[in-house]
Amino acid sequence: MNNSIAEANVNGEQAAGLSGEPVVVLQDVHKSFGAQKVLDGISINVRRGETLAVLGRSGTGKSVLLKLLIGLEHLDTGSICIQGQEIAGLGLTAMNRLRIKMGFLFQNAALYDSLTVGQNVAFPLERHTKMAASERSDRVKELLQSVGMERDVDKMPSDISGGMQKRVGLARALALRPEILLLDEPTAGLDPITSREIDELVLQLQKDHDLTSIVVTHDLHSAKVIADRVALLDKGKVVKEGSFEELAESNDDFVREFFNRDS
Amino acid sequence: MESTSPSTGTMINRSLEWFGDLGSFSWKVICASFTRPFEIREIVRQFDEIGSKSLPLVALAGAAIGTVLALESRSSLARFGAKSMLPAAIVYSILHEMGPIVTGLVVSGRVGAGIGAELGSMKVTEQIDAIEASAVNPYKLLAFTRILACIVVLPLLTLVTDFCGVCAGWVATALADPISFHRFIHKGFSGVSFSDFLAPTFRTSAFGLIIGLVACFQGMRTRGGTEGVGRSATSSVVLASLFVILADVILVKLILIFFP
Repeated sequence: MNNSIAEANVNGEQAAGLSGEPVVVLQDVHKSFGAQKVLDGISINVRRGETLAVLGRSGTGKSVLLKLLIGLEHLDTGSICIQGQEIAGLGLTAMNRLRIKMGFLFQNAALYDSLTVGQNVAFPLERHTKMAASERSDRVKELLQSVGMERDVDKMPSDISGGMQKRVGLARALALRPEILLLDEPTAGLDPITSREIDELVLQLQKDHDLTSIVVTHDLHSAKVIADRVALLDKGKVVKEGSFEELAESNDDFVREFFNRDS
Repeated sequence: MESTSPSTGTMINRSLEWFGDLGSFSWKVICASFTRPFEIREIVRQFDEIGSKSLPLVALAGAAIGTVLALESRSSLARFGAKSMLPAAIVYSILHEMGPIVTGLVVSGRVGAGIGAELGSMKVTEQIDAIEASAVNPYKLLAFTRILACIVVLPLLTLVTDFCGVCAGWVATALADPISFHRFIHKGFSGVSFSDFLAPTFRTSAFGLIIGLVACFQGMRTRGGTEGVGRSATSSVVLASLFVILADVILVKLILIFFP
């Protein structure tokens, strides 16, 4: 069973024309909350520089998958390797060292509401770098400029729109120059124009920062634009994995139903 | 009769589970407290949030109990011909019991609700997850700093309650039967030793520990959106107040044993 999944992964990666070393490797990952099985034997590989979009219906464990990767949830069985390091059973210090290499954009941005936009972006820099205040301020400006929010540095998160909050969240996620970017529904709840702007921004940032990304989304258009490869989840399992076009042309009933909704 | 037994069992199970989770939470906070960085800036901010901003409330509460004690005790003591004992009765009551417990309850109301709601709101909006994802320990940054501030600030606030209580007690006494402040203080403190003041005042550190720990725990385990935040704020106040009263009973007994 696991071999066939791994084989499918390799085929999907080959289809996407990717040959870099695997940076994120999930093997037979299971996760339950009480009696509710959320992830039921997920195996996924993500290679360096690749963007994987994880699609699926609500409640299929997409966000849980991202939280497992950054250690906010703990897997029941299976294995998760990030840059060759197994994270199951990793101590807090070692996990934190790994977390510094990852940027996480939360579904609702999760900006600290007692801090200004600038302070939100400066938060990881204050914690994990020895930058002087002026240097930090320059870096914050640079990050906010890269997401088009440089004029809102002194605003509070409650004073900016959802799309702007996502931009700031993205700037904060990129503050420590991560190698891996995890995006949880980057376009959820946004209008089509703002969604497109966020997609373009993510693409640009991926190019500029040479990032390996995993994007959890419901948004097929977003997945088509920003992802090299797509994995479709249902009932805690990977139903189909491959390029967007491959999945769009699949004969599988569930895949067809999922992909035809927007078309 | 049969239908009540499973619910009693469930309640006992839930209570045991709650205490187990509280123990686990406390252990995480203890472990976090010994690691760097020591979050000095956040601790100072919490001193201000919990201490300075509670000052007017505890001062008012202290003044109120001082006044009520003077008015109530006056008639009782007069009945037994012991009216001259009034300053001593007021000072002793305030220093020994009323000051510490009123401070504990007032702070558990203001600070318990504040911490419960703030951390609860941070939890449901994933801000606590964002802190953790930024490789920062939330048990250190959010819980340890607030608990430490509560432990340190409660005895200081108790001094304010005591001072305002004694002053208001003098004013209420003097209005009915003129007495100079100097004489009131002299008579009031004549039968009070240093241990009468020290042990009760510092037992409020235990109240601070209870308030901080319970409120942070309830806040950081919030589930279920804004309704959950409301529940956390309420349960923080109720549980913190309840445990402060229980701790007071135990600590009063211990103080009587160790400082007879």
